[in-house]
Amino acid sequence: MKKEMTCIVCPIGCQMTVEEKADGTYDVTGNTCKRGPKYAVAEMTNPTRVIPTTVVIRNAMLPRLPVKTAEPIPKGKIFEAMEAINKVSIDAPVKTGDVVIKDLLGLGIDVVSTRTMDKC
Amino acid sequence: MIYDVVVLGGGPAGLAAAVEAKKDGANDVLIVERDRELGGILNQCIHNGFGLHTFNEELTGPEYAERYIKQALELGIPYYLNTMVLDLIDNGEIKTIHVINEENGYMTIETKAVVLTMGCRERTSGAIGIPGYRPAGVFTAGTAQRFINMEGYMPGKEVVILGSGDIGLIMARRMTLEGANVKAVCELMPYSNGLVRNIVQCLDDYDIPLKLSHTITFIHGKDRLEGVTVAQVDDRLKPIPGTDEYIPCDTLLLSVGLIPENEITRNAGIEMDRRTNGPVVGELRQTSVPGVFACGNVVHVHDLVDFVSEESVLAGKGASMYIKGQLDSENTFTTTNGDGIGYVVPQQVAMKNVDETVTFYMRVRQVFKDKVVNAYIGDQLIATKKEKKLLPAEMVNFKIAKDELAKYPSGEIRFVVEDAKK
Repeated sequence: MKKEMTCIVCPIGCQMTVEEKADGTYDVTGNTCKRGPKYAVAEMTNPTRVIPTTVVIRNAMLPRLPVKTAEPIPKGKIFEAMEAINKVSIDAPVKTGDVVIKDLLGLGIDVVSTRTMDKC
Repeated sequence: MIYDVVVLGGGPAGLAAAVEAKKDGANDVLIVERDRELGGILNQCIHNGFGLHTFNEELTGPEYAERYIKQALELGIPYYLNTMVLDLIDNGEIKTIHVINEENGYMTIETKAVVLTMGCRERTSGAIGIPGYRPAGVFTAGTAQRFINMEGYMPGKEVVILGSGDIGLIMARRMTLEGANVKAVCELMPYSNGLVRNIVQCLDDYDIPLKLSHTITFIHGKDRLEGVTVAQVDDRLKPIPGTDEYIPCDTLLLSVGLIPENEITRNAGIEMDRRTNGPVVGELRQTSVPGVFACGNVVHVHDLVDFVSEESVLAGKGASMYIKGQLDSENTFTTTNGDGIGYVVPQQVAMKNVDETVTFYMRVRQVFKDKVVNAYIGDQLIATKKEKKLLPAEMVNFKIAKDELAKYPSGEIRFVVEDAKK
Protein backbone atom coordinates (compact mmCIF):
# COMPACT_ATOMS: atom_id res chain seq x y z
CA MET A 1 0.00 0.00 0.00
CA LYS A 2 1.23 3.47 -0.90
CA LYS A 3 0.20 6.67 0.82
CA GLU A 4 0.92 10.38 0.37
CA MET A 5 1.07 12.46 3.54
CA THR A 6 2.17 15.85 4.84
CA CYS A 7 4.58 15.67 7.75
CA ILE A 8 3.52 17.77 10.77
CA VAL A 9 6.58 17.26 12.98
CA CYS A 10 7.79 20.79 12.14
CA PRO A 11 6.47 23.74 10.08
CA ILE A 12 8.30 22.72 6.88
CA GLY A 13 5.54 20.21 6.09
CA CYS A 14 7.45 17.80 3.82
CA GLN A 15 5.32 15.89 1.31
CA MET A 16 6.17 12.27 2.02
CA THR A 17 5.35 9.03 0.27
CA VAL A 18 5.09 5.93 2.44
CA GLU A 19 5.12 2.46 0.88
CA GLU A 20 4.65 -0.83 2.67
CA LYS A 21 7.17 -3.43 1.54
CA ALA A 22 6.61 -7.17 1.27
CA ASP A 23 8.35 -7.81 4.60
CA GLY A 24 5.97 -5.46 6.45
CA THR A 25 8.45 -2.61 6.85
CA TYR A 26 7.94 0.83 5.33
CA ASP A 27 9.81 2.87 2.75
CA VAL A 28 9.53 6.60 3.34
CA THR A 29 10.60 9.17 0.74
CA GLY A 30 10.25 12.94 0.51
CA ASN A 31 11.29 13.62 4.11
CA THR A 32 14.18 15.98 4.86
CA CYS A 33 15.00 14.80 8.38
CA LYS A 34 14.92 11.54 10.29
CA ARG A 35 11.87 12.51 12.34
CA GLY A 36 9.73 12.27 9.20
CA PRO A 37 9.84 8.49 8.72
CA LYS A 38 9.10 7.94 12.41
CA TYR A 39 5.92 10.03 12.12
CA ALA A 40 5.00 8.37 8.81
CA VAL A 41 5.31 4.83 10.16
CA ALA A 42 3.26 5.69 13.26
CA GLU A 43 0.57 7.16 10.99
CA MET A 44 0.54 3.94 8.91
CA THR A 45 0.59 1.44 11.77
CA ASN A 46 -1.33 3.09 14.61
CA PRO A 47 -2.58 6.62 14.00
CA THR A 48 -4.05 8.16 17.16
CA ARG A 49 -5.68 11.49 18.06
CA VAL A 50 -6.82 13.27 21.20
CA ILE A 51 -10.53 14.09 20.83
CA PRO A 52 -11.58 17.44 22.29
CA THR A 53 -15.35 17.96 22.38
CA THR A 54 -18.15 18.94 24.80
CA VAL A 55 -20.79 17.28 26.99
CA VAL A 56 -24.09 18.65 28.31
CA ILE A 57 -23.74 20.21 31.78
CA ARG A 58 -26.64 21.18 34.04
CA ASN A 59 -26.81 23.96 36.66
CA ALA A 60 -23.73 25.75 35.34
CA MET A 61 -23.14 29.20 33.80
CA LEU A 62 -23.09 27.56 30.34
CA PRO A 63 -24.95 24.55 28.90
CA ARG A 64 -21.77 22.82 27.60
CA LEU A 65 -18.61 21.61 29.33
CA PRO A 66 -15.43 21.13 27.27
CA VAL A 67 -13.83 17.68 27.63
CA LYS A 68 -11.07 15.64 25.97
CA THR A 69 -9.81 12.09 25.88
CA ALA A 70 -7.04 11.94 28.48
CA GLU A 71 -4.84 10.09 25.96
CA PRO A 72 -4.89 9.84 22.16
CA ILE A 73 -7.34 7.20 20.91
CA PRO A 74 -7.11 5.18 17.66
CA LYS A 75 -8.18 7.30 14.69
CA GLY A 76 -10.66 4.66 13.52
CA LYS A 77 -12.60 4.95 16.81
CA ILE A 78 -13.22 8.73 16.60
CA PHE A 79 -16.86 8.67 15.48
CA GLU A 80 -17.78 5.82 17.81
CA ALA A 81 -16.20 7.84 20.62
CA MET A 82 -18.17 10.97 19.67
CA GLU A 83 -21.41 8.98 19.80
CA ALA A 84 -20.62 7.70 23.30
CA ILE A 85 -19.53 11.13 24.56
CA ASN A 86 -22.63 12.85 23.17
CA LYS A 87 -24.88 10.58 25.28
CA VAL A 88 -23.41 11.92 28.52
CA SER A 89 -24.76 14.77 30.61
CA ILE A 90 -23.46 15.78 34.02
CA ASP A 91 -24.14 18.24 36.84
CA ALA A 92 -22.01 21.18 37.97
CA PRO A 93 -19.72 21.73 39.80
CA VAL A 94 -16.84 20.22 37.82
CA LYS A 95 -13.10 20.78 38.07
CA THR A 96 -10.47 20.57 35.34
CA GLY A 97 -9.25 16.98 35.08
CA ASP A 98 -12.36 15.41 36.65
CA VAL A 99 -13.26 12.12 34.95
CA VAL A 100 -16.46 12.52 32.92
CA ILE A 101 -16.43 9.04 31.31
CA LYS A 102 -14.41 6.18 32.76
CA ASP A 103 -12.77 3.79 30.25
CA LEU A 104 -14.25 5.12 27.00
CA LEU A 105 -15.36 2.24 24.68
CA GLY A 106 -13.24 -0.14 26.75
CA LEU A 107 -10.08 1.50 25.42
CA GLY A 108 -8.72 2.04 28.92
CA ILE A 109 -8.78 5.80 28.31
CA ASP A 110 -10.90 8.28 30.30
CA VAL A 111 -12.69 11.38 29.07
CA VAL A 112 -11.82 14.31 31.35
CA SER A 113 -13.13 17.83 31.88
CA THR A 114 -10.92 20.63 30.50
CA ARG A 115 -12.33 23.45 32.58
CA THR A 116 -13.70 24.27 35.97
CA MET A 117 -17.39 25.15 36.10
CA ASP A 118 -19.11 26.19 39.29
CA LYS A 119 -22.69 25.45 40.22
CA CYS A 120 -25.05 28.36 39.67
CA MET B 1 -7.68 55.43 44.37
CA ILE B 2 -5.06 55.55 41.68
CA TYR B 3 -4.03 52.19 40.29
CA ASP B 4 -0.47 51.38 39.20
CA VAL B 5 -1.44 49.34 36.15
CA VAL B 6 -4.88 48.79 34.59
CA VAL B 7 -5.11 46.09 31.92
CA LEU B 8 -7.89 46.49 29.32
CA GLY B 9 -8.92 42.92 28.49
CA GLY B 10 -8.83 39.64 30.44
CA GLY B 11 -7.81 37.29 27.64
CA PRO B 12 -4.44 35.53 27.37
CA ALA B 13 -2.53 38.79 26.73
CA GLY B 14 -4.19 40.70 29.57
CA LEU B 15 -3.73 37.87 32.07
CA ALA B 16 -0.03 37.38 31.29
CA ALA B 17 0.65 41.14 31.35
CA ALA B 18 -1.18 41.63 34.67
CA VAL B 19 0.62 38.67 36.26
CA GLU B 20 4.03 39.92 35.14
CA ALA B 21 3.38 43.54 36.21
CA LYS B 22 2.33 42.36 39.67
CA LYS B 23 5.30 39.98 40.03
CA ASP B 24 7.67 42.73 38.90
CA GLY B 25 6.57 45.07 41.68
CA ALA B 26 3.42 46.93 40.59
CA ASN B 27 1.16 46.92 43.68
CA ASP B 28 -2.28 47.88 42.48
CA VAL B 29 -3.06 46.05 39.28
CA LEU B 30 -6.60 45.77 37.85
CA ILE B 31 -8.04 43.81 34.91
CA VAL B 32 -11.14 45.14 33.09
CA GLU B 33 -12.99 42.51 31.02
CA ARG B 34 -16.16 42.92 28.96
CA ASP B 35 -17.14 39.22 28.96
CA ARG B 36 -18.76 37.36 31.87
CA GLU B 37 -15.52 35.56 32.72
CA LEU B 38 -11.73 35.80 32.29
CA GLY B 39 -9.86 33.81 29.61
CA GLY B 40 -11.04 35.55 26.45
CA ILE B 41 -11.26 33.63 23.20
CA LEU B 42 -9.45 30.61 24.74
CA ASN B 43 -12.71 29.62 26.44
CA GLN B 44 -14.26 28.70 23.09
CA CYS B 45 -11.07 27.13 21.66
CA ILE B 46 -11.71 23.72 23.19
CA HIS B 47 -9.26 21.95 20.82
CA ASN B 48 -5.78 20.92 21.91
CA GLY B 49 -2.42 22.20 20.71
CA PHE B 50 -1.92 25.16 23.05
CA GLY B 51 1.07 25.53 25.33
CA LEU B 52 3.65 23.41 23.47
CA HIS B 53 6.19 26.26 23.80
CA THR B 54 5.13 27.68 27.19
CA PHE B 55 4.41 24.52 29.20
CA ASN B 56 5.96 21.80 27.02
CA GLU B 57 2.66 19.98 26.93
CA GLU B 58 -0.40 20.00 24.74
CA LEU B 59 -3.33 21.78 26.40
CA THR B 60 -6.80 22.81 25.26
CA GLY B 61 -7.71 26.51 25.22
CA PRO B 62 -9.69 26.48 28.48
CA GLU B 63 -6.86 24.60 30.23
CA TYR B 64 -4.28 27.12 29.00
CA ALA B 65 -6.47 30.02 30.17
CA GLU B 66 -7.08 28.43 33.55
CA ARG B 67 -3.34 28.27 34.28
CA TYR B 68 -3.06 32.04 33.87
CA ILE B 69 -6.34 32.79 35.65
CA LYS B 70 -5.04 30.75 38.59
CA GLN B 71 -1.82 32.79 38.69
CA ALA B 72 -3.75 36.06 38.59
CA LEU B 73 -6.05 34.94 41.44
CA GLU B 74 -3.13 33.66 43.54
CA LEU B 75 -1.47 37.07 43.18
CA GLY B 76 -4.73 38.67 44.33
CA ILE B 77 -5.20 40.72 41.17
CA PRO B 78 -8.73 42.22 41.18
CA TYR B 79 -10.86 42.29 38.05
CA TYR B 80 -14.12 43.74 36.75
CA LEU B 81 -16.28 41.47 34.55
CA ASN B 82 -19.13 42.47 32.19
CA THR B 83 -17.43 45.86 32.01
CA MET B 84 -17.01 47.79 28.78
CA VAL B 85 -14.20 50.31 28.38
CA LEU B 86 -15.53 53.38 26.57
CA ASP B 87 -12.51 55.63 26.46
CA LEU B 88 -8.93 56.10 27.59
CA ILE B 89 -7.81 59.67 28.29
CA ASP B 90 -4.14 60.50 28.78
CA ASN B 91 -3.63 63.37 31.24
CA GLY B 92 0.13 62.89 31.40
CA GLU B 93 1.12 61.13 34.63
CA ILE B 94 -2.42 59.93 35.39
CA LYS B 95 -4.65 58.27 32.82
CA THR B 96 -8.44 58.15 33.13
CA ILE B 97 -10.39 55.13 31.88
CA HIS B 98 -14.11 55.56 31.30
CA VAL B 99 -16.04 52.32 31.77
CA ILE B 100 -19.62 51.12 32.07
CA ASN B 101 -21.26 48.04 33.60
CA GLU B 102 -24.65 46.95 34.95
CA GLU B 103 -23.69 47.07 38.61
CA ASN B 104 -21.95 50.46 38.86
CA GLY B 105 -23.28 52.17 35.77
CA TYR B 106 -20.80 54.66 34.38
CA MET B 107 -17.54 55.20 36.26
CA THR B 108 -13.96 56.35 35.82
CA ILE B 109 -10.79 54.58 36.87
CA GLU B 110 -7.50 56.43 37.40
CA THR B 111 -4.14 54.78 36.81
CA LYS B 112 -0.46 55.51 36.24
CA ALA B 113 0.00 52.89 33.51
CA VAL B 114 -2.30 51.07 31.09
CA VAL B 115 -1.81 47.85 29.11
CA LEU B 116 -4.01 47.53 26.01
CA THR B 117 -4.98 43.88 25.40
CA MET B 118 -8.29 44.10 23.54
CA GLY B 119 -7.41 41.41 21.02
CA CYS B 120 -9.05 41.34 17.62
CA ARG B 121 -12.34 40.83 15.78
CA GLU B 122 -13.18 38.64 12.82
CA ARG B 123 -13.66 40.08 9.34
CA THR B 124 -17.29 39.61 8.31
CA SER B 125 -19.14 38.95 5.06
CA GLY B 126 -19.77 42.70 4.82
CA ALA B 127 -16.05 43.37 5.02
CA ILE B 128 -15.26 41.13 2.03
CA GLY B 129 -18.36 41.97 -0.02
CA ILE B 130 -19.56 38.60 -1.38
CA PRO B 131 -22.25 39.13 -4.06
CA GLY B 132 -25.65 37.56 -3.61
CA TYR B 133 -28.34 37.42 -0.93
CA ARG B 134 -28.03 37.83 2.82
CA PRO B 135 -29.84 34.79 4.21
CA ALA B 136 -29.54 33.19 7.66
CA GLY B 137 -26.81 30.58 7.80
CA VAL B 138 -23.76 32.77 7.14
CA PHE B 139 -21.49 32.99 10.20
CA THR B 140 -17.94 33.97 10.99
CA ALA B 141 -16.06 30.83 12.03
CA GLY B 142 -15.48 32.16 15.55
CA THR B 143 -19.18 32.86 16.08
CA ALA B 144 -20.03 29.29 15.05
CA GLN B 145 -17.27 28.07 17.39
CA ARG B 146 -18.85 29.90 20.32
CA PHE B 147 -22.34 28.62 19.44
CA ILE B 148 -21.23 24.98 19.30
CA ASN B 149 -18.61 24.85 22.06
CA MET B 150 -20.15 27.14 24.67
CA GLU B 151 -23.84 27.69 23.94
CA GLY B 152 -24.62 24.22 22.62
CA TYR B 153 -26.22 25.23 19.30
CA MET B 154 -25.41 23.54 15.98
CA PRO B 155 -25.46 26.17 13.18
CA GLY B 156 -26.24 23.72 10.36
CA LYS B 157 -25.64 20.39 8.66
CA GLU B 158 -24.28 21.03 5.14
CA VAL B 159 -21.30 23.33 5.39
CA VAL B 160 -18.96 25.29 3.12
CA ILE B 161 -16.09 27.27 4.61
CA LEU B 162 -14.55 30.31 2.95
CA GLY B 163 -10.99 31.07 4.00
CA SER B 164 -8.41 28.66 5.36
CA GLY B 165 -7.43 30.56 8.49
CA ASP B 166 -6.85 28.41 11.54
CA ILE B 167 -10.32 28.99 13.03
CA GLY B 168 -11.92 27.87 9.74
CA LEU B 169 -9.83 24.69 9.68
CA ILE B 170 -10.56 23.92 13.33
CA MET B 171 -14.28 24.44 12.69
CA ALA B 172 -14.23 22.12 9.66
CA ARG B 173 -13.15 19.32 12.00
CA ARG B 174 -15.41 20.36 14.85
CA MET B 175 -18.54 20.43 12.69
CA THR B 176 -17.60 17.08 11.13
CA LEU B 177 -17.24 15.51 14.58
CA GLU B 178 -20.69 16.82 15.54
CA GLY B 179 -22.24 15.18 12.49
CA ALA B 180 -22.20 17.91 9.84
CA ASN B 181 -21.06 17.34 6.27
CA VAL B 182 -18.28 19.82 5.45
CA LYS B 183 -18.19 19.93 1.67
CA ALA B 184 -15.23 22.19 0.99
CA VAL B 185 -12.86 24.81 2.32
CA CYS B 186 -12.25 27.51 -0.32
CA GLU B 187 -9.13 29.68 -0.16
CA LEU B 188 -8.63 32.71 -2.41
CA MET B 189 -4.83 32.53 -2.24
CA PRO B 190 -2.74 29.75 -3.82
CA TYR B 191 -1.57 28.78 -0.30
CA SER B 192 -3.38 28.23 2.99
CA ASN B 193 -3.45 30.84 5.73
CA GLY B 194 -3.58 28.14 8.38
CA LEU B 195 -0.87 26.14 10.13
CA VAL B 196 0.27 22.95 8.33
CA ARG B 197 -0.62 20.95 11.44
CA ASN B 198 -4.24 22.15 11.21
CA ILE B 199 -4.56 21.36 7.50
CA VAL B 200 -3.42 17.80 8.13
CA GLN B 201 -5.34 17.12 11.35
CA CYS B 202 -8.54 19.01 10.49
CA LEU B 203 -8.95 18.51 6.73
CA ASP B 204 -6.80 15.55 5.55
CA ASP B 205 -7.92 13.36 8.48
CA TYR B 206 -11.56 13.73 7.39
CA ASP B 207 -11.03 13.92 3.60
CA ILE B 208 -12.35 17.50 3.45
CA PRO B 209 -11.22 19.09 0.18
CA LEU B 210 -9.15 22.31 0.34
CA LYS B 211 -9.79 24.29 -2.83
CA LEU B 212 -6.87 26.70 -3.21
CA SER B 213 -7.26 29.71 -5.56
CA HIS B 214 -11.05 29.47 -5.20
CA THR B 215 -13.58 31.97 -3.97
CA ILE B 216 -17.34 32.32 -3.52
CA THR B 217 -18.95 34.42 -6.27
CA PHE B 218 -22.60 34.22 -5.18
CA ILE B 219 -24.65 33.45 -2.06
CA HIS B 220 -28.02 31.80 -2.85
CA GLY B 221 -31.18 31.67 -0.72
CA LYS B 222 -33.48 34.44 0.48
CA ASP B 223 -34.46 33.31 4.01
CA ARG B 224 -32.04 30.48 4.70
CA LEU B 225 -28.82 29.82 2.81
CA GLU B 226 -29.43 27.31 -0.01
CA GLY B 227 -26.03 27.16 -1.66
CA VAL B 228 -22.98 29.01 -2.89
CA THR B 229 -21.35 29.41 -6.28
CA VAL B 230 -17.64 28.71 -6.13
CA ALA B 231 -15.16 29.69 -8.86
CA GLN B 232 -11.45 29.35 -9.46
CA VAL B 233 -9.45 32.60 -9.54
CA ASP B 234 -6.50 33.61 -11.74
CA ASP B 235 -3.18 34.95 -10.48
CA ARG B 236 -4.73 38.40 -10.12
CA LEU B 237 -7.41 36.82 -7.88
CA LYS B 238 -10.20 37.41 -10.47
CA PRO B 239 -12.77 34.60 -10.97
CA ILE B 240 -12.10 32.60 -14.17
CA PRO B 241 -15.26 32.38 -16.36
CA GLY B 242 -16.47 28.82 -16.87
CA THR B 243 -15.02 27.45 -13.63
CA ASP B 244 -18.24 28.08 -11.66
CA GLU B 245 -19.57 25.28 -9.51
CA TYR B 246 -22.78 25.35 -7.45
CA ILE B 247 -22.50 23.74 -4.02
CA PRO B 248 -25.76 23.27 -2.08
CA CYS B 249 -25.32 24.05 1.64
CA ASP B 250 -27.24 25.49 4.61
CA THR B 251 -24.25 26.99 6.38
CA LEU B 252 -21.33 29.16 5.26
CA LEU B 253 -18.50 29.86 7.68
CA LEU B 254 -16.08 32.71 7.03
CA SER B 255 -12.49 32.48 8.17
CA VAL B 256 -11.15 35.44 6.25
CA GLY B 257 -8.89 37.25 8.66
CA LEU B 258 -8.78 39.09 11.94
CA ILE B 259 -8.67 42.82 12.62
CA PRO B 260 -6.97 44.17 15.77
CA GLU B 261 -9.56 46.02 17.84
CA ASN B 262 -8.04 49.47 18.30
CA GLU B 263 -10.86 52.02 18.68
CA ILE B 264 -9.66 52.89 22.20
CA THR B 265 -6.06 53.08 20.97
CA ARG B 266 -6.91 55.46 18.12
CA ASN B 267 -9.14 57.68 20.30
CA ALA B 268 -6.29 58.01 22.78
CA GLY B 269 -4.14 59.49 20.01
CA ILE B 270 -1.65 56.61 20.04
CA GLU B 271 0.49 56.28 16.91
CA MET B 272 -0.64 53.38 14.70
CA ASP B 273 1.17 51.16 12.18
CA ARG B 274 -0.76 50.71 8.93
CA ARG B 275 0.96 47.38 8.25
CA THR B 276 -0.21 45.66 11.45
CA ASN B 277 -3.36 47.77 12.12
CA GLY B 278 -2.02 47.93 15.65
CA PRO B 279 -0.12 50.53 17.66
CA VAL B 280 3.57 51.22 17.03
CA VAL B 281 5.39 49.59 19.95
CA GLY B 282 8.87 49.34 21.43
CA GLU B 283 10.85 46.39 22.81
CA LEU B 284 8.78 46.39 26.04
CA ARG B 285 5.62 47.10 24.05
CA GLN B 286 5.49 50.77 25.05
CA THR B 287 3.30 52.86 22.70
CA SER B 288 3.81 56.47 21.60
CA VAL B 289 1.96 57.67 24.76
CA PRO B 290 4.23 57.29 27.82
CA GLY B 291 2.72 54.84 30.31
CA VAL B 292 0.51 53.08 27.76
CA PHE B 293 1.59 49.61 26.66
CA ALA B 294 0.01 47.09 24.27
CA CYS B 295 0.46 43.36 23.60
CA GLY B 296 -1.16 40.33 22.01
CA ASN B 297 -3.51 40.38 19.03
CA VAL B 298 -4.30 44.08 19.48
CA VAL B 299 -0.70 44.78 18.34
CA HIS B 300 -0.48 42.14 15.57
CA VAL B 301 -2.35 38.91 14.92
CA HIS B 302 -0.42 35.97 16.36
CA ASP B 303 -0.80 32.35 15.24
CA LEU B 304 0.13 30.76 18.59
CA VAL B 305 -1.08 31.86 22.02
CA ASP B 306 2.34 30.91 23.39
CA PHE B 307 3.83 33.90 21.58
CA VAL B 308 1.03 36.13 22.90
CA SER B 309 2.02 35.13 26.44
CA GLU B 310 5.71 35.73 25.66
CA GLU B 311 4.99 39.20 24.28
CA SER B 312 2.67 40.07 27.18
CA VAL B 313 5.37 39.36 29.75
CA LEU B 314 7.37 42.13 28.05
CA ALA B 315 4.44 44.58 28.29
CA GLY B 316 3.79 43.70 31.94
CA LYS B 317 7.45 44.23 32.77
CA GLY B 318 7.48 47.49 30.80
CA ALA B 319 4.48 48.80 32.74
CA SER B 320 6.01 47.99 36.13
CA MET B 321 9.37 49.51 35.10
CA TYR B 322 7.52 52.65 33.97
CA ILE B 323 5.76 53.23 37.29
CA LYS B 324 9.08 52.64 39.11
CA GLY B 325 10.70 55.26 36.87
CA GLN B 326 13.12 52.71 35.40
CA LEU B 327 11.97 52.78 31.79
CA ASP B 328 14.26 54.56 29.36
CA SER B 329 12.42 56.48 26.67
CA GLU B 330 15.26 57.11 24.23
CA ASN B 331 14.79 54.94 21.14
CA THR B 332 18.04 53.59 19.68
CA PHE B 333 16.69 51.79 16.63
CA THR B 334 13.64 51.71 14.42
CA THR B 335 12.74 48.61 12.40
CA THR B 336 11.39 48.28 8.88
CA ASN B 337 10.19 45.58 6.50
CA GLY B 338 12.19 45.13 3.29
CA ASP B 339 11.57 42.76 0.36
CA GLY B 340 9.36 39.79 1.18
CA ILE B 341 8.45 40.91 4.71
CA GLY B 342 4.98 42.30 5.51
CA TYR B 343 5.63 43.85 8.93
CA VAL B 344 8.00 43.81 11.88
CA VAL B 345 7.15 44.12 15.61
CA PRO B 346 8.56 45.87 17.63
CA GLN B 347 8.85 48.95 15.44
CA GLN B 348 11.31 50.61 17.87
CA VAL B 349 14.05 49.50 20.26
CA ALA B 350 15.40 51.43 23.27
CA MET B 351 18.63 49.55 23.99
CA LYS B 352 18.85 50.58 27.67
CA ASN B 353 15.71 48.54 28.41
CA VAL B 354 17.03 45.37 26.74
CA ASP B 355 18.25 42.47 28.89
CA GLU B 356 19.99 39.96 26.64
CA THR B 357 18.14 39.61 23.36
CA VAL B 358 15.42 41.30 21.35
CA THR B 359 12.87 39.05 19.63
CA PHE B 360 11.53 40.50 16.39
CA TYR B 361 8.23 39.06 15.16
CA MET B 362 7.45 39.32 11.45
CA ARG B 363 5.43 37.76 8.65
CA VAL B 364 6.52 37.01 5.10
CA ARG B 365 4.29 38.14 2.22
CA GLN B 366 4.28 34.85 0.28
CA VAL B 367 5.62 31.27 0.43
CA PHE B 368 9.43 31.09 0.12
CA LYS B 369 11.61 27.99 -0.09
CA ASP B 370 15.33 27.77 0.76
CA LYS B 371 15.60 31.47 1.59
CA VAL B 372 16.90 33.30 4.63
CA VAL B 373 15.74 36.39 6.50
CA ASN B 374 18.63 38.86 6.84
CA ALA B 375 18.76 41.81 9.23
CA TYR B 376 20.73 44.89 8.14
CA ILE B 377 21.70 48.16 9.76
CA GLY B 378 22.66 50.40 6.85
CA ASP B 379 24.61 48.10 4.49
CA GLN B 380 25.87 45.97 7.31
CA LEU B 381 24.45 42.46 7.69
CA ILE B 382 23.99 41.93 11.44
CA ALA B 383 22.09 38.63 11.70
CA THR B 384 20.60 35.84 9.59
CA LYS B 385 17.68 33.52 10.28
CA LYS B 386 17.60 30.33 8.21
CA GLU B 387 14.30 28.63 7.42
CA LYS B 388 13.78 25.82 4.94
CA LYS B 389 10.34 27.17 4.25
CA LEU B 390 8.77 30.53 5.04
CA LEU B 391 4.96 30.68 5.11
CA PRO B 392 2.71 33.72 5.60
CA ALA B 393 0.71 31.62 8.09
CA GLU B 394 3.70 31.04 10.38
CA MET B 395 5.10 34.05 12.20
CA VAL B 396 8.90 34.35 12.01
CA ASN B 397 10.52 34.66 15.41
CA PHE B 398 13.92 36.37 14.92
CA LYS B 399 16.10 36.76 18.03
CA ILE B 400 19.08 39.14 17.93
CA ALA B 401 21.55 39.35 20.83
CA LYS B 402 21.96 42.66 22.65
CA ASP B 403 25.76 42.44 22.15
CA GLU B 404 25.31 42.35 18.38
CA LEU B 405 22.93 45.34 18.32
CA ALA B 406 25.16 47.26 20.76
CA LYS B 407 27.89 47.50 18.09
CA TYR B 408 25.78 50.18 16.39
CA PRO B 409 24.97 53.55 17.97
CA SER B 410 21.58 53.95 16.28
CA GLY B 411 19.82 53.48 12.95
CA GLU B 412 17.19 51.46 11.16
CA ILE B 413 17.11 47.66 11.34
CA ARG B 414 15.85 46.34 8.02
CA PHE B 415 14.60 42.77 7.55
CA VAL B 416 14.62 41.23 4.06
CA VAL B 417 14.07 37.80 2.51
CA GLU B 418 17.13 36.84 0.42
CA ASP B 419 18.85 33.86 -1.17
CA ALA B 420 20.91 31.79 1.22
CA LYS B 421 24.66 32.32 0.72
CA LYS B 422 26.28 29.30 -0.86
